[in-house]
Amino acid sequence: MGSGERKPFENKTIEWIDSRLPIFTIMNKEYGVFPTPKNFNYFWNFGAIAMVMMVIMIITGITLAMHYAANTEIAFSSVERIMRDVNFGWLIRYMHMNGASFMFIAIFIHIFRGLYYGSYKQPRELLWMLGVTILLLMMATAFMGYVLPWGQMSFWGATVITNLFSALPLIGPGIVEWLWGGFAVDNATLNRFFALHYLLPFVTVGVIFLHVWALHVTGSNNPSGIEPKGPQDTIPFHPYYTMKDTAGLLLFLIIYVVFTFFMPNALGHPDNYIEADPLVTPAHIVPEWYFLAFYAILRAITFDINLLMIAGGAIAAYLVAVNLWYMEKPKHCPVSTKFNVPISKDIELCKLEPLMAACAVVLLGIGGLIAFMPDLGISKMAGVVSPVMIEAKLGGVLAMFGSIGLLFVLPFIDRHPHRSARFRPWFKIAVLLLVLDFFILTWVGAKPAEGIYVLIAQAATAYYFAFFLVVLPFLNKYEPRVELPPSIHQYVLDQKAKKKKKQDEYMNSLTPGAAE
Amino acid sequence: MKTLSIICLALMLVSAPAWAAGDAKTPPKQDWHFSGPFGTYDRGALQRGFQVYKQVCSACHSMKLLSYRNLADLGYTENEVKAIAREYTVTDGPDDEGEMFERPALPSDRFVSPYPNAEAAKFANNGAYPVDMSLIAKARKYGPDYIYALLTGYAEAPAEKELLPGQHYNKYMAGNIIAMAAPLSDGLVAYEDGSATTVSQYAKDVSEFLMWAAEPKLEDRKQTGVKVILFLLAFFGVMIAVKKKIWSDQH
Repeated sequence: MGSGERKPFENKTIEWIDSRLPIFTIMNKEYGVFPTPKNFNYFWNFGAIAMVMMVIMIITGITLAMHYAANTEIAFSSVERIMRDVNFGWLIRYMHMNGASFMFIAIFIHIFRGLYYGSYKQPRELLWMLGVTILLLMMATAFMGYVLPWGQMSFWGATVITNLFSALPLIGPGIVEWLWGGFAVDNATLNRFFALHYLLPFVTVGVIFLHVWALHVTGSNNPSGIEPKGPQDTIPFHPYYTMKDTAGLLLFLIIYVVFTFFMPNALGHPDNYIEADPLVTPAHIVPEWYFLAFYAILRAITFDINLLMIAGGAIAAYLVAVNLWYMEKPKHCPVSTKFNVPISKDIELCKLEPLMAACAVVLLGIGGLIAFMPDLGISKMAGVVSPVMIEAKLGGVLAMFGSIGLLFVLPFIDRHPHRSARFRPWFKIAVLLLVLDFFILTWVGAKPAEGIYVLIAQAATAYYFAFFLVVLPFLNKYEPRVELPPSIHQYVLDQKAKKKKKQDEYMNSLTPGAAE
Repeated sequence: MKTLSIICLALMLVSAPAWAAGDAKTPPKQDWHFSGPFGTYDRGALQRGFQVYKQVCSACHSMKLLSYRNLADLGYTENEVKAIAREYTVTDGPDDEGEMFERPALPSDRFVSPYPNAEAAKFANNGAYPVDMSLIAKARKYGPDYIYALLTGYAEAPAEKELLPGQHYNKYMAGNIIAMAAPLSDGLVAYEDGSATTVSQYAKDVSEFLMWAAEPKLEDRKQTGVKVILFLLAFFGVMIAVKKKIWSDQH
């Protein structure tokens, strides 16, 4: 930074500073003339929008911290004092409360953009993984922030979520007590959550810096998923995208403001206006809406995972890995000399694959029977040879963290050379189904975990994992390779021509004979 | 794809706050003076609602988050607020000699609670705790609609519903059983402004009062909101025009 060639500025003050510390040169290089693909759509606004929300959250959050008291005796009433007696306290608190929701909305759309247009692919893998890290940090921050008002949902949400760690074998109970700083969620817990809720956003800012840095090394992806090949493909960031981002940001802020001023409690839970009471458990403990999808995955694992299921799953994973994942290897028998154990003279391991597939189906079938219908006589008999390996509670915790872990390693699962779903007809359907799946999970996460809702949650969880572990590897190998346009520039011209043709056809259809 | 995302967003917004409510009936939506983006509190209703609270509810229910000075919001003058406060007695101290003493309440004092502590409140009410009402309009799903429905929702229990002594049937209570006996009856509170002295009028007034108690800054909030949205809309219009102009050499 700053050691390269520098063009002098005309303004003397700016030049004086810049020749000593070239911040103006850097700003101009990274946000002024920075070459940016010229075909962004409005989905590309959401990085900037998330950044603005982050700033709003930090400013309102610091102001709230000046009035809030992290003590179980007075935390609840200190928040009410902010709402009633602090100048504009109601405004700052409602902005912060709804700001969390809208920051998640921005981030979810931002992540969807990355998924749909393949922004996570080479060379942007690290950029993507830093992004998933930001999501994790945000989730931790939001969870601890929700505890601070010390309402009923604060307390019981904290109790449920921290208790999850007790599912870990051996170290679990110790970890939970360590998190609590005692033997229950209490004053020590509230205090440390406040300290961490104040700290983590600044850690997040650090990771955001790395995220943006990585972005400015690789440059942005774009709706076509084709890398810019020259100046005809790009435009300077300013004024084109500064102005487009501002326009999109304002529309987003308008929706945010409608919630903040006219329905500030619509996204919250009424129980959080009741002070925490360890002796009264709410009828349904639910997290904030942005966690509901992950909460649904957690609760979907209602069954113990047994030995047969793990064995069947391992064989299935082997088959997926060798057959679908490494598509560069053209031969059907990818594990060549080293692992091809000759069973007899002419049977190699790969020829056993149909048999292995049958094995996997049988093992998963019997294992599933034991897990889902433990009361059947056959299950009880089979249960003897298939002990429980992972209890339901631990299974749920692993699934919940696994759902984010899969996002983290996504760049290494999806190996199809095309990025954008616009040139991947099958992927497009699969990824849009994933979005629908996420909404179903969010919806079912708010429902009580009983009856049909459990089945819906399990089906939706199954698709979520299948998307990453089965569908993407399958597409790696079998999705047709559509021919890509030679450049972004050409792609934009093609699209314009297509649009014009459509318009002309429409006009012609309106006035018959006008074309002649 | 855009349609899908819009459908999904709508679905989520509709479903996310929809929490289960047991076997109680859904309270019908009321037309409140404070509803809508330009809504304000009806001062007359607030004062009548306060009168109902003071003469009926406050026998059992505390409102610990409110001070007498807050009543100025209802349209009472400073002297009226002082007079209301003076009706109550608070314990203050210690004085110069280290003794606690009793004195009439001041506008700066919190509402005096009917019971000294939660145990006393439970003991006096068959073990049921009369909840603090400061935030009740925000702490229940459907808020003031629910309060109104509950207060007017007492009925004869259906034959199959067994009630124990001290239990009452209410259409809108979760589980339909409530410990509180019907608190209102026609003519119970004498209004001075000529409003109807019926259960439904009392319920309506006290619901509005409780909404004010839970959300005293509602008017400020809505009025500021209208200005903020007008500003952002104008700014948005300008930015759309600017963006179009700047991008015109690219299309």
